[in-house]
Amino acid sequence: MKAAVVVYPGANCDRDLACALRAAGARVSMVWHKDTALPDGLDLVALPGGFSFGDYLRCGAIAARAPVMRAVADFAARGGHVLGICNGFQVLAETGLLPGALMRNAGLKFVCRTVTLEVGGESAFTRSYAPGARIRLPVAHHDGCYIAPPETLAALRDADRVAFRYAQGDNPNGSMDAIAGVLSANRRVLGMMPHPERAADPALGNTDGAALFSGPAGLALSAPC
Amino acid sequence: MKARVTVTLRPGVLDPQGAAIAQALRALGFGGVEGARQGKLIEIDLSGDDTEAARAEVGAMCEKLLANTVIETYAIEIV
Repeated sequence: MKAAVVVYPGANCDRDLACALRAAGARVSMVWHKDTALPDGLDLVALPGGFSFGDYLRCGAIAARAPVMRAVADFAARGGHVLGICNGFQVLAETGLLPGALMRNAGLKFVCRTVTLEVGGESAFTRSYAPGARIRLPVAHHDGCYIAPPETLAALRDADRVAFRYAQGDNPNGSMDAIAGVLSANRRVLGMMPHPERAADPALGNTDGAALFSGPAGLALSAPC
Repeated sequence: MKARVTVTLRPGVLDPQGAAIAQALRALGFGGVEGARQGKLIEIDLSGDDTEAARAEVGAMCEKLLANTVIETYAIEIV
């Protein structure tokens, strides 16, 4: 698998993400936010967590308008796989590649702990998990409350596009429908607030996130975009 | 010329910061506070003196960047 990790000023999970992707067998290149093109033959573009552009205006708002995002949107439109984690999810929501928005946590506090998630939503990212698996991943965010209009929530439910849900009683931010991660309509764009890259190495004490990277890596990604 | 853009959450969108503000005001004894909503004020300095053109330009700015219309609405004032 050939992957690119986009780097913005204020990104702070970009190298962790690259490590997790490499551990899953990917060849990874780092792409600067001012670049206007992505490397050729990519299978996956990954947007890291952090505080891009200082979270100014709205989380992810300025990164979503960075020059490289036009190339990322084109890549997604061609059917490429895109993964956004934490701030990367906020960026994907701001670009409109994923529905809904991420707002200040209902409890107003920055939440940094490990939560239990239920895996759903068939996709390359979730295929290495057993159906209905419950996994534990860390979250670390101030603006992770997922909101969307009722008709969007219904559409996500009906099409099984909720890739991760906080387990009952473990919703750290007040997200509607306990949504922790959503898929695009073509199931190739995933945004999620929890950090699988922080739970993908035995040295970190948790490897529940590793399968998320081996999923896309294990696909015979037949037609790179 | 200056444009003043007020960005507020759409009605019905949960505003935990506004709720905290209302609660703090009540705790200070302002018993008449029934609720509060928090938004943003953005002032933009603009060249030129065509207010209608400026309003259209700032409207485009709001749609492209200043407001996330999934959750927010905006009002423009040219001053």
